[in-house]
Amino acid sequence: MTQAPPAPVTEAPVLGAPVDRIDGTAKTTGQARYAAEFDHPGLVHAALVCATVPRARLVGIDTADALAHPGVLTVLTHENAPTMRKSPSPGLPDISTMATATSVTYLNTDEVHWNGQPVAVVVATTSDAAKEAAALVRPSYEPLPATVDFQAALPDARPQKRNPFSPAGGAKGDAEAALATAPVSVDLTFTTPMHHHNAIEPHATTAVWHGDRLTVHECTQTIDWTRRRLAHVFGVPVADVRVLAEFVGGGFGGKGYLWPGTVLAVLAARVTERPVRLALSREEVYRTVGGRTPSTQRVALGSTVDGKLTALVHTSITQLGRIGGWPEQVTSQSRHLYDAEHVLLRQRQVELDALSTTTMRAPGESIGTYALESAVDELAHRLGMDPIELRMRNEPDRNPLGGTRFSHRRLREAYALGAERFGWAERSPEPGSMRDGRWLVGWGVASAYHPAQMFPANVTVRLFADGTVLLRSAFHETGMGQPTTQAQIVAHELGVPFEAVRVEHGDTALPTGPPAGGSMQTASLAASVRAACADLRRSVHGLARRSGSVVGRQRPADLVARDGGLFGPDGGETYAAILSRAGQSRVDAKVGSDTGLGRVTGQLRFAARMVRDGMRWVRASTGAQFCEVRVDPDTGEVRVTRWVGAFDIGTVVNAKTATSQLRGGIVMGIGLALSEETLVDPRTGRIMNPNLSGYHVPVHADVPELDVAFVGDPDPTMPLGVLGAGEVGITGVGGAVANAVFHATGRRVYDLPITLDKLL
Amino acid sequence: MKDFAYVAAPDVATAVRAAADAPGARFLAGGTNLVDLMRQHVERPDTVVDISRLPLTSVEETKSGGLRIGALMRNSDLAAHPLVRTRYPMLTQALLAGASAQLRNMATVGGNLLQRTRCPYFYDRATPCHKREPGTGCAAVGGFNRSHAILGTSASCVATHPSDMCVALAALDAVVEVEDVRGTRRIPLADLHRLPGDTPHLETTLAPDELITSVELPAPAAAPSRYRKVRDRASFAFALVSVAAALEVTDGTVAAVRLALGGVAPKPWRAVEAERVLTGAPATEESFRAAADAELAPAVTLDGNEFKVELARRTIVATLRDLAREGSRA
Ligand SMILES: Cc1cc2nc3c(=O)[nH]c(=O)nc-3n(C[C@H](O)[C@H](O)[C@H](O)COP(=O)(O)OP(=O)(O)OC[C@H]3O[C@@H](n4cnc5c(N)ncnc54)[C@H](O)[C@@H]3O)c2cc1C
Ligand code: SF4
Repeated sequence: MTQAPPAPVTEAPVLGAPVDRIDGTAKTTGQARYAAEFDHPGLVHAALVCATVPRARLVGIDTADALAHPGVLTVLTHENAPTMRKSPSPGLPDISTMATATSVTYLNTDEVHWNGQPVAVVVATTSDAAKEAAALVRPSYEPLPATVDFQAALPDARPQKRNPFSPAGGAKGDAEAALATAPVSVDLTFTTPMHHHNAIEPHATTAVWHGDRLTVHECTQTIDWTRRRLAHVFGVPVADVRVLAEFVGGGFGGKGYLWPGTVLAVLAARVTERPVRLALSREEVYRTVGGRTPSTQRVALGSTVDGKLTALVHTSITQLGRIGGWPEQVTSQSRHLYDAEHVLLRQRQVELDALSTTTMRAPGESIGTYALESAVDELAHRLGMDPIELRMRNEPDRNPLGGTRFSHRRLREAYALGAERFGWAERSPEPGSMRDGRWLVGWGVASAYHPAQMFPANVTVRLFADGTVLLRSAFHETGMGQPTTQAQIVAHELGVPFEAVRVEHGDTALPTGPPAGGSMQTASLAASVRAACADLRRSVHGLARRSGSVVGRQRPADLVARDGGLFGPDGGETYAAILSRAGQSRVDAKVGSDTGLGRVTGQLRFAARMVRDGMRWVRASTGAQFCEVRVDPDTGEVRVTRWVGAFDIGTVVNAKTATSQLRGGIVMGIGLALSEETLVDPRTGRIMNPNLSGYHVPVHADVPELDVAFVGDPDPTMPLGVLGAGEVGITGVGGAVANAVFHATGRRVYDLPITLDKLL
Repeated sequence: MKDFAYVAAPDVATAVRAAADAPGARFLAGGTNLVDLMRQHVERPDTVVDISRLPLTSVEETKSGGLRIGALMRNSDLAAHPLVRTRYPMLTQALLAGASAQLRNMATVGGNLLQRTRCPYFYDRATPCHKREPGTGCAAVGGFNRSHAILGTSASCVATHPSDMCVALAALDAVVEVEDVRGTRRIPLADLHRLPGDTPHLETTLAPDELITSVELPAPAAAPSRYRKVRDRASFAFALVSVAAALEVTDGTVAAVRLALGGVAPKPWRAVEAERVLTGAPATEESFRAAADAELAPAVTLDGNEFKVELARRTIVATLRDLAREGSRA
């Protein structure tokens, strides 16, 4: 039966409404529990001992004092830890291998690969005892030669490894030649430092074994991948591993993979046969969870005198650990933003004796847009042209590389909207020409860009006889408000009140959901939720037909879902009425299968769609970032004083949570621009500011009111028209701030963060 | 954190007795620095004497027209105290420029005076540090030293004293009152902290069991004053450079000046040389610059902190310029 199901009412106010989070009260009252807050009878605590040298062989490890410490149950080291299996390197077809963070078999090796690698784990009856005993463990190292200085290693850069989610370089024409002959050109080098995520919740694991069955409360953005990796490492069936993460206190990419703490907590529980909690300190997060790669980038632009780009060159060098890492797609946005005649994009990498680098909010674009958009601003300055005008003159109709169509593109509209709200027309173009008292004032602008993709998502939607609905899917709530938005989508699709929808998520016992990564969760789920709801409406219509409801006598196409039921020209009935007449207590609809075969076909279908969609359309969230800074002419202190971000994220499902996502991105971008920098000692590879005192995220006083506006135009190729909102907000921010600083001072800073010493 | 004996002292006599009886004991006030260092295993005392309940939390006027401030007074209470706000606005500004509201609610005057450096290597047991472990070396030289000192340093240590409050106290000629089982004594603030020399682990002139009981401020001067802090973000960051200044100008000439610097030295830095150059000089930008240059002439810089010389110069000049303007308006 392929008859069209009854349609939802498209104008239903629940979609797009700024609905409060359904879990807001649970979170603010402490009822929402996070991974380190689950108690189990007999729970004990683990603490890590981390290496203090970059590369070495362990020649001994003295655990006597630690073992003698009161409360200590055991100290696991490479000398006594049971063997675990090595997790395969990331690659297809099994997408869960993406979660393999490093190639190291922790505690099954005497080799130290990075400064911070766990070399022992202490288990004790209290967390304090475990931590103190960890300080008493004395490893002895035989140092091995190590390469830990990114800058020094640059000459050894090699072509970047590929990854299905991280596009490689690209070329069109002969960009270097076009550059050499361009009437106007810029050729600039930029550097960005390492960054860390600093989610408010440090990583934590609570692990419980019942025989060979494992339950893990984990703060993760990928519960299914985590489950599969753990099953592999510990050699147990996937079905016997359950991973729960109902609430996660922020991830930003830092909780996407299986970092050593998780493995070692599970190992400790296995060995001690006790439930084990390992809650990392902030410092341990820095030492054992990767950060964003540092980069050095070259952007060269050539143009005609009236600002038509003839050449665009963007190259990058980033860092991997020898043991793994994320190939940062630094030139990603440069494939799509400007219609240059000749293009050359090239990404290279160096491998260091360091922890794997990893994804961090908009990997690639967040630092790539800083360099690209600074260079565009510089070109506009040299051309004597308004920087928005320059961008509009080079706005492409089709993707500049390959000519693929855009699924839709609203960057012009975003600029128009942002410029209006910001008052851009009032800008005086000359650098240093705007002042407020003693402050130098600068206005800068930059483009935001983040690709839109989807993961497979299994869901079930269950309609009860009382008219309430339950959505079940193992997706993630890491702070973005996903249960709320998905409940809105269900309410919209079934025409039921928002309050009638309950959502279960964050548990591998549920249908497998998408990872919370790549800004893909909302759209991935929306596709499946819509399909399930359509299926459900079809089933209800069938029930209505069989039980003699007025609904069943009308054609599905004439029915709309509203007011808790289906209604047509000849009248309608609530779901409750239909189900009760039919004597049904509930109706289920399901998308996707969690059987082995179902999973394989799901992944194949997913891969095929990814390839097919990629050939048909270039899809992305875009935006225009407008920034005002004030710079103290005496001290070089920079303060961001005004912000407007105008975004095209397709359909806005929840105006409140979407705005929060974008604001959060902008705040993180302000940190990237002005203050964030992981200090890696070039002599030892040791992170020297592994805390929130030394790593400067923006504080409240650094962030002005952030005006976020939406173009609000659905993408015709995405489910419900939804594009991603999680990452586009951080992109362009570094460029907008740097450009505003240039406008204020006449000084362009090529090296993030823009600290005051660079402006003296 | 290592297990330790805990003594809660109801009065000063018990506190100093407990400290005298247990060599290596530490006083616990707000704990915002000590507990962090214990968690980092940098401080490992066998005994902790909790002084947070000592009745040393008041501000009293002295006969000479100054104030006596109890050593256990919270930073936030001190900043908000009407007599401090009106008579020593520079001190209120300095306190409010420090840390965060939550930390200021915990931090005490005594703890703020004795807080330890924020040199990252000092906090990390995996790196050499003469201050933490004499004789091991100094990882900051040749490492990250952007936040480090340019004045008063030695070959063995280049760390700063990180306090904001102390910079204002240095400018105000505060006197610290201390007590131990042997009795009491008064130490001018300028003599409380030591320069590192060959012994960077010895940071003050206090005996290990001496308790700070109060801080005395002399009568306030009428001159306009200001605390200006320059840092890497708008709030909740330690000073790269800070300036506490009071400037009295009569007929275009500097009649009196007090100037102290933070973020540039191992101790709160009274800018004696700059004061000498300024006193009696015309209150002009040139004099301010000359004074700053004189003070900063002996600066020794490292790879990362060279900018501090220029930043300190500019901040001194800008602060004095503002004060001169304010004074001429009054
Ligand atoms: C994240 C962070 C940011 C900060 N930012 C700033 C800043 O910007 N500016 C700034 O100035 N400070 C800053 N601080 C430091 C803060 O001001 C100090 O930690 C605080 O003042 C210490 O006071 P306390 O009472 O908590 O001291 P405690 O931690 O209790 O003690 C500190 C030391 O003083 C000793 N001690 C305390 N009281 C006495 C006494 N009465 N007699 C003898 N010895 C005593 C203790 O034994 C210990 O050695 C920051 C701290 C943190 C953690
Ligand atoms: S500057 Fe001082 S505190 Fe810092 S590492 Fe060197 S000796 Fe230690």
